[in-house]
This record gives sequence, structure tokens and C-alpha cells, in this order.
Amino acid sequence: MSLLSTHGLIAGYGDMRALHGIDLVVNPGETVALIGANGAGKSTLLRSIMGLLPVAADMVQLDGAPVGGTQPHRMVQSGVAIVPEGRRLFAGMTVEENLRVASEHAAAPQGQPWTQERVYDLFPILREKARTNVENLSGGQQQMVSIGRGLLAQPRVLLCDEISLGLAPRVVREIYEALPQVTAQGTALVLVEQDVGLAQRASQRLYCLLEGRVTLEGRSEDISRDDISAAYFGASHALD
Amino acid sequence: MHWIEGIVQGILLGGLYAQYALGMALMFGVMKIVNVTHGDLVILLALIGISFADFAGLGPWSVLATLVPIGAAIGWLLQRAMLNRVVGNDPLPSLIATFGLSIALQNAMLVVWSADTRSLSGGGIQQASIEIGPLFVGVLPLIVLICATLLTGGLDAVLRFTRYGRSLRAASADVEAAAMVGVNPKSVYATATAIAVGILGFAATFQAMRSTVAPADGPFQLIYAFEAVIIGGLGSIWGAFTGAMILGVSQAIGFRINPGFGILAGHIVFLAVLAIRPQGIFQRKS
Repeated sequence: MSLLSTHGLIAGYGDMRALHGIDLVVNPGETVALIGANGAGKSTLLRSIMGLLPVAADMVQLDGAPVGGTQPHRMVQSGVAIVPEGRRLFAGMTVEENLRVASEHAAAPQGQPWTQERVYDLFPILREKARTNVENLSGGQQQMVSIGRGLLAQPRVLLCDEISLGLAPRVVREIYEALPQVTAQGTALVLVEQDVGLAQRASQRLYCLLEGRVTLEGRSEDISRDDISAAYFGASHALD
Repeated sequence: MHWIEGIVQGILLGGLYAQYALGMALMFGVMKIVNVTHGDLVILLALIGISFADFAGLGPWSVLATLVPIGAAIGWLLQRAMLNRVVGNDPLPSLIATFGLSIALQNAMLVVWSADTRSLSGGGIQQASIEIGPLFVGVLPLIVLICATLLTGGLDAVLRFTRYGRSLRAASADVEAAAMVGVNPKSVYATATAIAVGILGFAATFQAMRSTVAPADGPFQLIYAFEAVIIGGLGSIWGAFTGAMILGVSQAIGFRINPGFGILAGHIVFLAVLAIRPQGIFQRKS
């Protein structure tokens, strides 16, 4: 049975509909990439799953049970966590305090629990910066705190929203090199990613969104660049 | 000598204002709610306490011990039943809601307690004083100041070092992000208001002991709390404490200049701070 799935998911902001029926499946321990142009609805999809936007209960299922529209803090307790777009750290608090808030409200861990120590092993620079206020960190370091915070929620599936955005290539590499250690213990990852090549390399399966619909899905290694550009920009572009 | 005494009296008066201001600073800092019922809640608790003393024969310290949990329960209920529905990025809905509640509360208190002024007997402690150097200092104001300092320090420590304090600071920095790491914002908010109104249990007891209270007195208490919080810097706990001291000292010195000038002197200092340093003296860097 799939861990997390969406079924004809419809969501939007006020009168504007951003998603027109999304079917997504995430299995335990796998990495799924979500690609698509700006405004395709990738972040909206993650926010809908997380309970940050109103959706009908049966549009999102966790372990086969309907959880759509559940409040975000309850989603965390049932094993879904998010690394939000723009990092969203708690300003005025140290790295350690940011991590502690997450571990103090975490889900019951499956298998070996994530600890502050393990997050520091994953991103050693954070150990040095533990007592620094997060607003004084570099962008990459802030992203590491945000990922650490997501892991300390002890998720079974971690939704990552544009974790490479605005970071130097070297830092992006460092962060992506850490991801296999996350999936190694059975945590599934959903990566929203602008860099198509990176998304394809880092994932087992891939979905491409265009204007709120899934235009392509499949095993990442089987999909060609032509398929992706057709799905990414729409069929009319592919005809050019 | 004259002036030193004024400053000492002002600091002692500031102790009471600090007890008003703490809860308001907490609620504003975390939820951006300006609770207009704040002063009426002081009066409500004071009247409840006076009735307990009259009908159950409770002494002032038993009244205090009763009012703090009653205040906390009222605060929790207020947040759960009303404020959680209006809290958000826009401060206007909560302002209007608490404004309406304030008027309803004042009228309800008039029905129950009538417009008579009442006070709480302290068993002689109101008249007691001790000699510190050349000054005579009232025992009650000294107790009020010590309580205010301990409450401020205690609240600060809770915010810094406890699990609840961290979740509250997280919700204060970014409430949606806090929910995304498992913090339940509505429960954090309800506890914050419970603490804020629980502290008013202290303020209510001391206000009723040192002076008189009547159902329509709330807005006067509110404005002092409000001024202390603005002077100190919105949302800062020690800022509110310092703001309360500045307000108390301004009023006491104003009274020395002219008995009619005291309250006005406090308002003038408040306006001066708004003009010169609108973010307040202690405003945290964002």
C-alpha cells in the first residue's frame, strides 16, 4: 500500500483554482520529484497535502486513510513533515532552539529516531553554529537548519519545497549528497525542484506539473529530456 | 530628598503597572492582539475577590491564591471561545471583538455588583511601612514591586528555557512555520492568554487593596497597561516592566509638581516616547 497519495486533488486560493485534479503516489522510502515551471502548482500541492490549504478529506490519503484538510500540526504527528519554501526559520532563536522546537513536537519515531546529534553529523557546520541566531546564518546554513527541523519531526515522508533555491551550486551538492542518508532509513522524500537534471538524478520517480495538471509521470531514469520539455512547457512548444 | 522620594514612590507605583502590562505585552508579542478587555478583567477579578472576602471570609492572600487560577481559567476560555476565531494577520477583528466584550463586561459587572466603589481589606498591611534610610516605604507597595519583578523574571525564564516558551516564541516568529513543525498554535495561544489573565489575578488583588474599584474603572487600568507596553516596546517582557517604571516615576514626579498634573505627566511622557522613539525603548530587532 502506498504511504501517501492524492486523489483528484483540487485546491486553490480564493476563487482561483491552482490544481485541477492531481493524482500522486508516494511509496515508503522512495524519492519522488515534482518538477514544473513557476506557477505550475508544485508548492500548492505540498501545502494542500500538509493541511495549509483547504481540501476535501478523501483527496489526501495517508496509509489509505483520508487525511485531507487535517490541521498541519496533526499532519506532523501522523508522520508528514515539510521543509517549506523560503525556509521559514524562527527568527530570534538559535539553531539549537529551532531544532528543539521540532523535536519537542515530533511524531513517534519509526526505527532509529533523528536526534540533534544526527542532524549535526549530517550537516557538521550546524554543530559550530548551534548557538547562533538563525538570521545570522548564510542561506545554505539556513536551509540545513530547515531540513534538520523537518527531520526532527521524525517524518515517514518529508516534503521538500525548493531546497536548492538561491543557493550556491556547491551548497546544493552538499545538501543533495545528504539526502540518501535520509531515505536510507525508510523516510520517503518528495522533492519540489527547479533544476530538472538534479531532480531526475536524485529521484526514483518523477511527476511533471503544468498549469495545475500532471502532464508526465514515470521512472526518472526512463524519462527522456524531450518528454520532459514537452510536459514542462506544454505540447505546443514541443511542436516548434 | 523631595525628588528622591518621588522617584521611589514612582517605582513602587510602577510595580502595579508592570503587573497590568506583562499580560498585555505577552498577548501582543505572540498574537498581535491588543486586548481591550484587559482593564475590565482586572476589575472583574478584583470584584470577584472582594466578594470572596465578604462572603467566604477569605484574607487577602487567600484571595490572591484564588484569583490567579480563576484569571487563568477566564483567559483560557476567552481565547478558546472568542479570540482564536478572530486572531490573524489583521489586528482589527480582535480589536473590535475585545472592544465589544469590554463594554458588555462593564455592563454585566454593573448588574452584578452595582456602581458602588469597593475595596479589599488587607488586615492592616495597607498602613504598614518600613524605614529604609531616610525614607518611609509602604510595605504593600514594596510587596507589589517584588511580585512584579518576580513575575517578569519568571515569565522571561519560561519563555527562554521551557518547551512551552520555545513553542510560543516559534509561533510568535512565524505561526504557520510553527504549525509545520507540530506546534498547535491555538493551544499555544490559549495558554498565553491564560498566563496573561492569570497575572492579572495579582494586579486585581493589589489594586483592590491599595485603592477602590468600581465596574467602570477598567479603561483607566487599560490605558496604563497600554502606555507601559508602548514605552517599553511592543511585545518585550522586560520592556513592559521598564515602561511601567517610567510611567510610574513620571506620574509620581508630576504629582510632586502639582497634584493635578500627575496622571497627565504620565500621558505626556508616553506621547513623547511615541514621537521620539515609536518602536519603544526595548524593541527587539526583527
